[in-house]
Amino acid sequence: MSEETPVLGLERVRLSYKLRAGEIVVAPDLSFRIARGEALGLVGESGSGKSTVAFAIMRYLGPLGRIAGGRILFEGKDIAAMGEAELRSIRGRRIAMVYQDPMSSLNPVMTIGRQLMEVPMLHEGVGAEEARRRALAMLVEVNFADPPAIMARYPHQLSGGQQQRIVIAMALIGKPALLIMDEPTTGLDVTVEAAVLALVQELRRKYDTALLFISHNLGTVAQVCDRLVVIYGGEIVEEGRIGDVFRSPSHPYTRGLLDCLPRLGRSKHEMPLRPIPGRPASPLARPSGCGFAPRCAHSEPGRCTVSAISSVELPGGGGHFVRCVKAAELGPWRQERGAAAIHAEGKAAAVLVHTEDLAKRYGQSGGVFGRKGAPVRALNGIDLELERGETLAIVGESGCGKSTFARVLSGLEVASEGRAALDGEEIGARPVEARPAALKRKLQMVFQNPESTLNPSHAAGYSVARASRRLRGLAAAEAWQEAERLLSVVGLSPELARRKPSQLSGGQKQRVAIARALAGEPEAVIADEPVSSLDASVQAAIVNLLSEIQSARGLSLVFISHDLAVVRYLADHVAVMYLGKVVEFGTVDAVFAPPFHPYTEALLSAVPEPDPERHGARIILEGSLPSAIDVPQGCPFASRCHRKIGAICETMPPPTQRLAEGHRIVCHIPAAELRSAEAGEAQAMRP
Amino acid sequence: MGLDSTTETTAARAKPGRERREVARRLGARLALAGRLGESTTTVVGLSIVVFWVAMAVLAPVIAPYPPNATDVAAAGHPTPSAAHWLGTDHLGRDILSRLLWGARRVLTVAPIAVLSAAAVGTVLGLCAGYFRGVIDLVISRIADILLSFPVIILYMIVLAMFGSSALNIVLVIAVTKAPIIARIVRGLTLDLRNREYVAAAKMRGESALYIMFVEILPNARGPLIVDMCLRMGYTTITIGVLGFLGIGLPPPDPDWGGMVKDTYGMMSVWPHMSLIPCAAISSIVVGFNLLAIGLRETALRE
Amino acid sequence: MARFFLKHLLFLCVTLTVVSLLVFLLTELTPGDVARKELGPYATQEQVEILTKKEGLDRPVLVRYVEYVGRTLSGDLGTSQRFRVPVKDIIFDRLQNTALLAAVSFALIVPLSMLLGVAAGMREGSLLDRTILLGSAVVASVPEFAIGVFLASVFVVTLGWLPGTAPLQSGGRWPIAAQMVLPVAVIVLFDMGYVVSMVRASMVEVMRQPYIRTAVLKGMRFRQVVLGHALRNAMINPVTIILLQINYLVTGVVVVESVFAYPGFGRMMLEASLYKDIALIEAGALVAVFVAVVTQILGDLAYMLLDPRIRA
Repeated sequence: MSEETPVLGLERVRLSYKLRAGEIVVAPDLSFRIARGEALGLVGESGSGKSTVAFAIMRYLGPLGRIAGGRILFEGKDIAAMGEAELRSIRGRRIAMVYQDPMSSLNPVMTIGRQLMEVPMLHEGVGAEEARRRALAMLVEVNFADPPAIMARYPHQLSGGQQQRIVIAMALIGKPALLIMDEPTTGLDVTVEAAVLALVQELRRKYDTALLFISHNLGTVAQVCDRLVVIYGGEIVEEGRIGDVFRSPSHPYTRGLLDCLPRLGRSKHEMPLRPIPGRPASPLARPSGCGFAPRCAHSEPGRCTVSAISSVELPGGGGHFVRCVKAAELGPWRQERGAAAIHAEGKAAAVLVHTEDLAKRYGQSGGVFGRKGAPVRALNGIDLELERGETLAIVGESGCGKSTFARVLSGLEVASEGRAALDGEEIGARPVEARPAALKRKLQMVFQNPESTLNPSHAAGYSVARASRRLRGLAAAEAWQEAERLLSVVGLSPELARRKPSQLSGGQKQRVAIARALAGEPEAVIADEPVSSLDASVQAAIVNLLSEIQSARGLSLVFISHDLAVVRYLADHVAVMYLGKVVEFGTVDAVFAPPFHPYTEALLSAVPEPDPERHGARIILEGSLPSAIDVPQGCPFASRCHRKIGAICETMPPPTQRLAEGHRIVCHIPAAELRSAEAGEAQAMRP
Repeated sequence: MGLDSTTETTAARAKPGRERREVARRLGARLALAGRLGESTTTVVGLSIVVFWVAMAVLAPVIAPYPPNATDVAAAGHPTPSAAHWLGTDHLGRDILSRLLWGARRVLTVAPIAVLSAAAVGTVLGLCAGYFRGVIDLVISRIADILLSFPVIILYMIVLAMFGSSALNIVLVIAVTKAPIIARIVRGLTLDLRNREYVAAAKMRGESALYIMFVEILPNARGPLIVDMCLRMGYTTITIGVLGFLGIGLPPPDPDWGGMVKDTYGMMSVWPHMSLIPCAAISSIVVGFNLLAIGLRETALRE
Repeated sequence: MARFFLKHLLFLCVTLTVVSLLVFLLTELTPGDVARKELGPYATQEQVEILTKKEGLDRPVLVRYVEYVGRTLSGDLGTSQRFRVPVKDIIFDRLQNTALLAAVSFALIVPLSMLLGVAAGMREGSLLDRTILLGSAVVASVPEFAIGVFLASVFVVTLGWLPGTAPLQSGGRWPIAAQMVLPVAVIVLFDMGYVVSMVRASMVEVMRQPYIRTAVLKGMRFRQVVLGHALRNAMINPVTIILLQINYLVTGVVVVESVFAYPGFGRMMLEASLYKDIALIEAGALVAVFVAVVTQILGDLAYMLLDPRIRA
């Protein structure tokens, strides 16, 4: 590489916030570089300070934050020392940013067109005509089919993926030298994410823009970036080329991150995930010496905990740096195959929950006198079974109806048609209020959002104790003891029962939620995306917990998720849903191998694997989900299917093909054809 | 056992130590809250003013130098503040300071009762409307809308002039006009909170609707509700003053700050103190309530 | 759109009916016969009974109500018992006066409160913001009559620059414009206390939104961000509130009218209530509610027009 100035260079940058409690140092000493046209990934868990770094580069830290030391050099000039006017000329023009939540990053009362046109009009002084032309051209670049129509729309009229593409368009329209993306695909469906990532790669190559890609998801970083920087507690612990870091991670934290990820090739029967013990320290209590030492299995008091650790370059070239005194002693990293923790037993396949043709419609209110409009068809005939003692996973993207399914099973909604039975008793038509107590006991639920799963006004153990009282009739004192016992079952200290939820972390709250679900000694638990909003390490711990509890108690689990890697790890059976219908069902081995339903195939190819050998999704789905009001007549997937065979897919509902061992695929293409077509391509993907 | 709790389990070994630590921790939390409230000057100032007037009202029978309706004929010729009457007397020779103190009792009894009644009724109606929705919500909301579209002053005038103004009537009429506003606020909060997952969890363990509304939802609506009630105390105090000023407040000769202004502002060019002093009194206490509300809102936001 | 108007028109009619029924019941079902109210406390029981029979006041209430509705819809609002003239003559005259007061006040309140509210909210926590926030809180805490008394003691008693009453009679010592200064000042000050804090709150909320960050990071100057991005969003709520102030300005300014003896609608209602002038009360209540509901409709309409998310 030539000796040209890097686009971005951070030199010993120190970032801090001034609070009433004192000055909190978020990042004591950061240094890294991005060369022209290079893509650097910045990886860290929540609270590691990665977003702060992004905003520091733009010098947008709010009234309380400051760049307390070091230099941030953009094309050789120090941003920290620049004047206001110069800074303004750089923002949006030379450095642009894409944010995490596109909906709230766009002005809701301005048309898309105006928001796009602002950038060239502001920075290049072009007139409205020219700006409009450029905006239209940009919309074509980001793959919009009808740019003039989009220009006149408002943000709320677009989907999440479309909004993010607009934000990307807004960022690139000024042809910046550096693009900063702060968790740009978190919160987007995996197929939408794949499309956005592919777009970013294409545009980057085309415009030769340098990229700072911030994420907690190692998989997405692996897809997009050339080099990688791992941050823990505001410090860079490892840095290097993507291939080097993924193949030979050298810092214990990086290894820990890779170890705790479920991959598409692992299942719970092989080994438990290995979460990183402990929690990140708060910036107020920064340990002396290595920030990771309190959680590190290899830390040595004295060597690791006394003075600041400096970064060392590893042999092998390529600029692979590690901030660890023991790096050379740790030995090569291997993904270990440990002793099997869970045994796959041959058990009697008794069916616990059975649904037949389950359908749910939501009427739309409207009209002066409450006339109903066309109904939203959330579920359109679901046939599924949950066997005792095992895990049924339901995967799909937003709008597929999996959450509605959970709500109907649990009784929070009532089915419009069809049957659902738990142990022979009808549940589909009965809202939870109408179910007898014994039936309520049998089926409980764990919810998605740890922030709202516990009542912030009550002690954490209160709802667990209450559940014991209501469902098992225990007296108040007994119930509280039982709550404390359950908390230790889920790996929490019983002391936490008295704490308020605001004092617990996300992972701890979710554990309490699991304890609450277990309080009635249920036979089945529905878990609706229980780990989606948790960090990778915490996710791993919770997934392990569920796995342990299931094998210890013979619990049947309905696990709803959009994360295929976790599903592959945890599930025994998998149902793939699209627009309210089940398009594929079978054992986890059968579903994750060809023949796939085309949608399953697209989903699997879109999963960002933390494996730099695999670059990008093979299959990018065009278009967006059809409206649930106007469900297509034929196959629901026909409008986006890459294997569509013709008009038949749009007009005729596809048949259910029954294959070996209860494997079902709902497709017009015969399974044998699917198998050979897909197996061939999958083979070509893997080197 | 999960791996991320090792530190906490070992720390909790000693049982009696645990109990003591728990108590200490709770005490610490309460002091921290008080400390946080004290950090905001606005809250402190507002609270001090309110506390001051409450103290005055409570102590009125003890510290008022004269009975509120007693006329001092000798002073009637020189009603300006003097050694005998620190704030002077009104046109009938009644000591203003005493009337002020006794008037505080009036205001600080009627206003809180009115606000609390409105809050009680409004909260229950708002919870029901927001939780059950459907027909119940429709009926309650429509009634609230109709009540709210009635200009309150006009209602006060009609009712109080027709039925006479007694403390009870005033409380009733204020409660009826304020309850819909509170109901609307609570309804909005309930509509939002009912979708929280802990409410769904409560349903799944078979809790009754009443339990969910009052034990799960209401405590979380506390914050905005308390701030609103502070504001409402202020407005109600103004209302009571206004009613007195218009002549439809509490019946004479008992001291009522608004009434005191009404009787004396005509003589402003000669004896301004008679009307200025009660005006200042009302203003100060309402300022106190409003500052308290602002301070509380900011503290809540900062949490 | 048509749906919107239909729904609100329906509500207007329902409200008017309910309120008029309520007021009718309140006034004509109250202790003491209607006739006694007409004749006063000194009339004899016999006279009261004669009048009752003569005016058919002993018929069932609902029958009388229906008659009342009929009369009102045909334009006959009855006769004021106190002034002995048709209600129509008095009401519209007084309404006009109040409308004048309302218009002048409104013309001042709107630009001033928007200016102060935006200036305060755009830099939350700044000195200007704290000053405006506390200032508006204090002003909103002082009852209108207290403001009136304070201002009068300065400008009327001490300085003698302005008149203490505003009977709207020209040809006296003070021109009408001078008479209106103090009433308008009191109303503007008091109402602004509330409106400024609402505009400020809305502005603060908007400035915290991520899309403002997006605008700043596009490289726009602060002023452009505020005027181009923040303002339109921040005005959505306050416009509704400002329109609702019209309601207050018409029916709620009775206090100010009383302080300055302004011959307005509010004062008319007060006196009518005190003198138990039934016809005037009933007609006045109807007008007041009509104004209230119409301003509500205007507020909803404005909200719909300003927020594209609702317009669908």
